[in-house]
Amino acid sequence: MSVTALSPSDNVVEYLAAHERKSMLRFITCGSVDDGKSTLIGRLLYDSKLLYDDQISALESDTRKHGTQGEKIDFALLVDGLAAEREQGITIDVAYRFFSTEKRKFIVADTPGHEQYTRNMATGASTADLAVILIDARKGVLTQTRRHSFIVSLLGIRHVVLAVNKMDLVDYSESTFDRIEADYRAFARDLGFQSITAIPMSALEGVNITRKSRETPWHQGSALLPYLETIKVRTSLAEKPFRLPVQWVNRPNLDFRGFSGTVASGIVKPGDEIVVLPSAKRSKVKSIVTMDGDLDEARPDMAVTLTLEDEIDISRGDIICAGKAPAEQTDQFAAHLLWMAEDKLLPGRQYLLKTANRVIPATVTELKHKINVNTLEHMSGKTLELNEVGFCNFNLAQPVAFDAYKDNRRTGAFILIDRRTNATVGAGMIDFSLRRAQNVHWQDLDVNKNARASAKHQRPCVLWFTGLSGSGKSTVANLVEKRLHDLGRHTYTLDGDNVRHGLNKDLGFTDADRVENIRRVGETAKLMVDAGIIVLVSFISPFQSERRMARELVEDGEFIEVFISTPLEVCEQRDVKGLYAKARRGEIKNFTGIDSAYETPANAEIDLDTSEIPATDAADRIVEYLKENGYLEA
Amino acid sequence: MNEIQDLIARSEAAAANTGLSLSTVSRKLFNDGKAISRLKAGGQCTLKTLETARTRLAELETETAVPKQPAVTAPAPAISAQTMTHLDRLEAESMHIMREVAAEAEKPVMLYSVGKDSAVMLHLAMKAFYPSKPPFPVMHVDTTWKFREMIKFRDETVARLGLDLIVHINQEGVEQGVGPFTHGSQVHTDVMKTQALKQALDKYGFDAAFGGARRDEEKSRAKERIFSFRSREHRWDPKNQRPELWSIYNTRIAQGESIRVFPLSNWTELDIWQYIYRENIPIVPLYFADKRPVVERDGALIMVDDDRMPLNGEAPKEEMVRFRTLGCYPLTGAVRSTATTLPEIIQEMLVATTSERQGRVIDHDQAASMEKKKQEGYF
Repeated sequence: MSVTALSPSDNVVEYLAAHERKSMLRFITCGSVDDGKSTLIGRLLYDSKLLYDDQISALESDTRKHGTQGEKIDFALLVDGLAAEREQGITIDVAYRFFSTEKRKFIVADTPGHEQYTRNMATGASTADLAVILIDARKGVLTQTRRHSFIVSLLGIRHVVLAVNKMDLVDYSESTFDRIEADYRAFARDLGFQSITAIPMSALEGVNITRKSRETPWHQGSALLPYLETIKVRTSLAEKPFRLPVQWVNRPNLDFRGFSGTVASGIVKPGDEIVVLPSAKRSKVKSIVTMDGDLDEARPDMAVTLTLEDEIDISRGDIICAGKAPAEQTDQFAAHLLWMAEDKLLPGRQYLLKTANRVIPATVTELKHKINVNTLEHMSGKTLELNEVGFCNFNLAQPVAFDAYKDNRRTGAFILIDRRTNATVGAGMIDFSLRRAQNVHWQDLDVNKNARASAKHQRPCVLWFTGLSGSGKSTVANLVEKRLHDLGRHTYTLDGDNVRHGLNKDLGFTDADRVENIRRVGETAKLMVDAGIIVLVSFISPFQSERRMARELVEDGEFIEVFISTPLEVCEQRDVKGLYAKARRGEIKNFTGIDSAYETPANAEIDLDTSEIPATDAADRIVEYLKENGYLEA
Repeated sequence: MNEIQDLIARSEAAAANTGLSLSTVSRKLFNDGKAISRLKAGGQCTLKTLETARTRLAELETETAVPKQPAVTAPAPAISAQTMTHLDRLEAESMHIMREVAAEAEKPVMLYSVGKDSAVMLHLAMKAFYPSKPPFPVMHVDTTWKFREMIKFRDETVARLGLDLIVHINQEGVEQGVGPFTHGSQVHTDVMKTQALKQALDKYGFDAAFGGARRDEEKSRAKERIFSFRSREHRWDPKNQRPELWSIYNTRIAQGESIRVFPLSNWTELDIWQYIYRENIPIVPLYFADKRPVVERDGALIMVDDDRMPLNGEAPKEEMVRFRTLGCYPLTGAVRSTATTLPEIIQEMLVATTSERQGRVIDHDQAASMEKKKQEGYF
């Protein structure tokens, strides 16, 4: 065994400690054979001293057999693996290469650049954090550059290195480099890259690969390897809502029930509230179990096992989400789809759609458009052929929990599998649901407000009657309820009589009690709206803020404020219950209109003065309003 | 003098508490593995060296005074640290792959070759399913020519971890007396390893088999998928592999087909050693240098492990050697070495310029030999 002074370390323990703290970067190299991609990778391996003597001697013997670089070592031969490829001189598949420096371990996906290998490139890009896009300095931005950039952007890569290679063949011309960089930036403006870093280099000569070289004194930025060692690419996943696709239910005995999976995003700690999709069951995290002991928190990419406070039914395919920010669920969505099979896509045919942890039968219901991977133009089409990209509508046999791919690659991606051949035929990236947001995860009840309301053929709402004592609120409300009942609608009236004697009999007439009175009435009305009922509330409710509170308890459009604006003099004149007289005599304190204020509504939906129109007409006007605004149909 | 005696006593105590060898402690304190033994033998050192050693020893003692969390060894960064290290990521990826197979395959099995990669794979399986045991058996395809220490280690490991072990031997091969000395390495490997594996998979009807192969081992492996599909005849078709995107693996197969799964695909040899060191994973003692009886043949040092080895007048010599890979003893070359600890092995590896597989005879046959073997069903 020969020994060289490669990295002699007196204290290998220190070396090991340092190397254990390395981070990891996965990147893809995109370029065509002629761009020198394999040469670049070979050079990175060679210059980071990861080649062994016997590999180098094998390389030299291979160079004599197949080499295209004359007498120089042909680094490309090091990375072109399969025998068939070596004979043809092209890289067919995705090959993964490894090298590491003191700061980082690198996994390089080396993929072919030809259009017929778009799927291979997508495969390499799907797990990469960064793309190195090679350009031949003599040729500048070409069609293939656009294609490569589009595919890496489609697969969600946000950091791009523009490696302007073969600078030795243009005499390291600064103006050539500047022109190429400007062309590329103009083209890539809409691709959503977070960073584009252009570096002039010569892979063959080793210029600006591991360190800045003399040949390009005008280049301000760093060389390729130092850049790759320091760029931060994976910071945002931890900030996203927690997601754990359950892979495997861990049940060693009856006393332990854990849910194993890899954290897709977010951070989870014991005590955190979670919701499980699709069941919408809620619980709290009890512990984060690993063989090395329980953890205080789990972060993205960690493979963990969670236990929960409650015994709830969870199986493979479920997603455990942050309680406050669950994923969406849908059985219809729009997605970008890359077709990867020789047999073309057949819209309407059932395929198997596999997400992070679930397999669901699915069909493409519509191909909205195809995207020309070279020009990015949208084109119409009926089907997708091998290596084509389309924007499609999908219909699934069951709802699936998801996030948009742009927000989360783990929970927004899927593959399509041919049911007959079991081949992987498509790769999809979900854009958005085609249904309105479904609120099933807020309450795990199958019968919800909409279901109850549509059974009653109405849109539930609160008719909130406000006005002075004796203004005619209850009279009008009674008439309205009678008419709605005659129309076959489901109603209920809450007024002082039926609430103050029961629910609110503990409350008096101080300001605090009035507020609490209205709060309880508002909450009760809300439950009734949820039950699908049209609720009539008849309360003086003198304060603007309580009326607003009651309004905000229900959804937009469910609160109809009816101001019975009969003037005080008329009310006092009517004095049906003799209350005004008592108040005037001081026998009743805090009487609204006498010694307590009534705040007139500013934006009531309906305003009626019973001193001007009869109560029956007022009731008709209200029913008319309900009809016109669609409350009496559903 | 008392100070040196005191230091020696404390060092020995620290070694006992940490489970490190005295030479490792010595290296930590003095940057020299033999310093303590020299001091014990009455050697001298400067006051400055003594001072440095004392400071480092104090650090070592505080580290070990911390109540030991299960399996989180001293040099390991806390797993909940802000950023995962490359080893953390590799570990998590491998666990993810194993769980995926356990959940989707009908009848998985883990192939266990007893080597260091298998040791890591087994350790990862223990982690992936903890507190459950791995929900599949481990299987060793025994060519009957493995080192005796490997078999002993295998049985101890399986007993220690409480796993189900299947040992498969190609009985036809045994009956025909196939062996490396009588039939040559190619026939032996084909009959006792490749054919034996196919037999075993067919016999038990396993539809998924974990293997410890890494992509960095050899050029044709660089393009191997993590989930690699085999026909009913166990053949691998390099032109017809499924694209593997994200961490979504298509595990669907037809009746009779099977999948080979390589959870260590993205690990390198250095990663494996670093992880063994970090996690304190037991490995076969043959990886460590020791006096062993060897003969030199065609430039390779072959250990005489039993009396089946025909000696043509050669006299086995006791030499300090170790093995970088383990297989059938007649086909596995030893290297001269004094590395008796993991850090020493890793150091040797870092300065070595001969890649790992060179010790394996089968790779030298022809340029694309491994690819050919794989098409024929070699793992």
